[in-house]
Amino acid sequence: MEFEEKQYTTLNLGPTHPATHGIFQNVLTMDGEQIVAAEQTIGYIHRAFEKIAEHRPFYQITPLTDRLNYCSSPINNLGWHMTVEKLLGVKTSKRIDYLRIIIMELARITDHLVCNSVIGVDSGALTGFIYVFQERERVYEIYEEVSGARLTTNMGRIGGFERDLSIRAVKKIREFLDHLPKVLHEFEKLLMRNRIFMDRTIGVGPISAERAVNYGFTGPNLRAAGVDYDVRVMTPYSSYEDYEFIIPVGTQGDTYDRFCVRQQEIWESVKLVRQALENLPEGPFHMDVPEFYLPPKQEVYSKMEALIWHFKIVMGEIEVPVGEVYHSVEGGNGELGFFLVSDGGRTPFRLHFRRPGFIYYQAYPEMIRGGVLSDAILTMSSMNVIAGELDA
Amino acid sequence: MENALIVDKLYKAFGRDILKMDTDADILSVTVAHPVIHEVIRFLKEDGDLEFNMLTDLCGIHYPDRGLPLGVVYHLHNLPENKRIRIKTFVTLADPSVSTVTDLFSSANWMERETYDFYGILFTGHPNLKRILNVEYMDFFPLRKEYPLEDPTREDKDDRFFGRNTQ
Repeated sequence: MEFEEKQYTTLNLGPTHPATHGIFQNVLTMDGEQIVAAEQTIGYIHRAFEKIAEHRPFYQITPLTDRLNYCSSPINNLGWHMTVEKLLGVKTSKRIDYLRIIIMELARITDHLVCNSVIGVDSGALTGFIYVFQERERVYEIYEEVSGARLTTNMGRIGGFERDLSIRAVKKIREFLDHLPKVLHEFEKLLMRNRIFMDRTIGVGPISAERAVNYGFTGPNLRAAGVDYDVRVMTPYSSYEDYEFIIPVGTQGDTYDRFCVRQQEIWESVKLVRQALENLPEGPFHMDVPEFYLPPKQEVYSKMEALIWHFKIVMGEIEVPVGEVYHSVEGGNGELGFFLVSDGGRTPFRLHFRRPGFIYYQAYPEMIRGGVLSDAILTMSSMNVIAGELDA
Repeated sequence: MENALIVDKLYKAFGRDILKMDTDADILSVTVAHPVIHEVIRFLKEDGDLEFNMLTDLCGIHYPDRGLPLGVVYHLHNLPENKRIRIKTFVTLADPSVSTVTDLFSSANWMERETYDFYGILFTGHPNLKRILNVEYMDFFPLRKEYPLEDPTREDKDDRFFGRNTQ
């Protein structure tokens, strides 16, 4: 008797599947529960940011960057400001740098909290997720104090911040720093040495250091594979060289290592925020960049100079240097790069966002091949694929 | 690693195919002729002294006023030495083909697809060169400068009114 030809099942994981945590599709070819092949379709929330950026003055591009990795918008905002400052040759004061580090590290904490608690959710532990979301809420209240917004923050301005850190914001940051460690300890107790969680994540979705570098991995996902590359240390920006912190590194590059690296980075970020707050120097909260930094509204109404600058900035009558710069910051998911080409016009001639998620998500089919569907879902959540960053 | 070493090695290996070298930019920028782009990237990756082992970024660019208007910009990174280099190559609109580097860097796959999607640059030898972010039936390359941001048939959405340059 002849055997029938082997048949595979095609399974659509997404575009709107609860486990993708965003809008993108994976077409899986399944042999029973085993994954034979996967093909990704992305672009469902593509918003043409690079085209829009070519038609927007520099200060109006910040809100576009909010919507890349929306779990840590302030890092994108400040990264963009630093790129423009690099083009202009503006050196920011220590106070601005330290304030930026506070904001960026808080953003990293929220990014990692969401990612790690979602790994818990996808392995069946909803408690931790709900628990740490309370802490994320606290950070969002700090954002609110600093910028007035919560999710899409539009934080800071080119040359610094729109206002100084208020007493209330400092108080909220201190409260957060006091409260977070307790919550984190409990969260770690729930998952870190939990037998079920370890069995579900160890050895799941691994990638070797060599393949990870070849795939352009950066950030926690690369470090989980054992490569100690962190933009904050390799090319310090915003005075990261003044700080004491550790870059946690994994060994296996699997889901558990990615979880542990992110978890440890939260602790390091707490240390960084603490150091920045304790050593916060006095000084201006914005630099003198009259061609890009909008003057305060009261002055616009009462002083001629301020009114002129306001008008010049809004109508685009400003001098922009010609040149090309590439600037990168350590985003929540890895190296977030901005390649900016300026031809001296009011808007960028070309702006390219190097989104870490877009680059490392390519490796997903290779990482899940041969595994089972439930592992594939854990792998995806541990890579922290954010649809906004994927599609730009 | 000093810029001089890289410059020297590249000139020795490729000579006349190195069209432009900019050592004053934030990252050493080298423009090479498009037929040798694959060899240049391979050389930078595999040479024992250079070892640019990560392709950080790959993107397109369009200069409508130049003789070779379409460009591809590569950002390579040597992680252990923390050295970056920017490689550029330019092609014509009539024959926008550039050799793929997917055989050297797996990360180039989607970045090349994205560049094709927005600029129409054809990466020869690419395993799966199709649109990635835009819809598949789109019949133009939207990041080229001739395409305006707003709907050109509308009169109320003219960017000139807001002091912006339209192409």
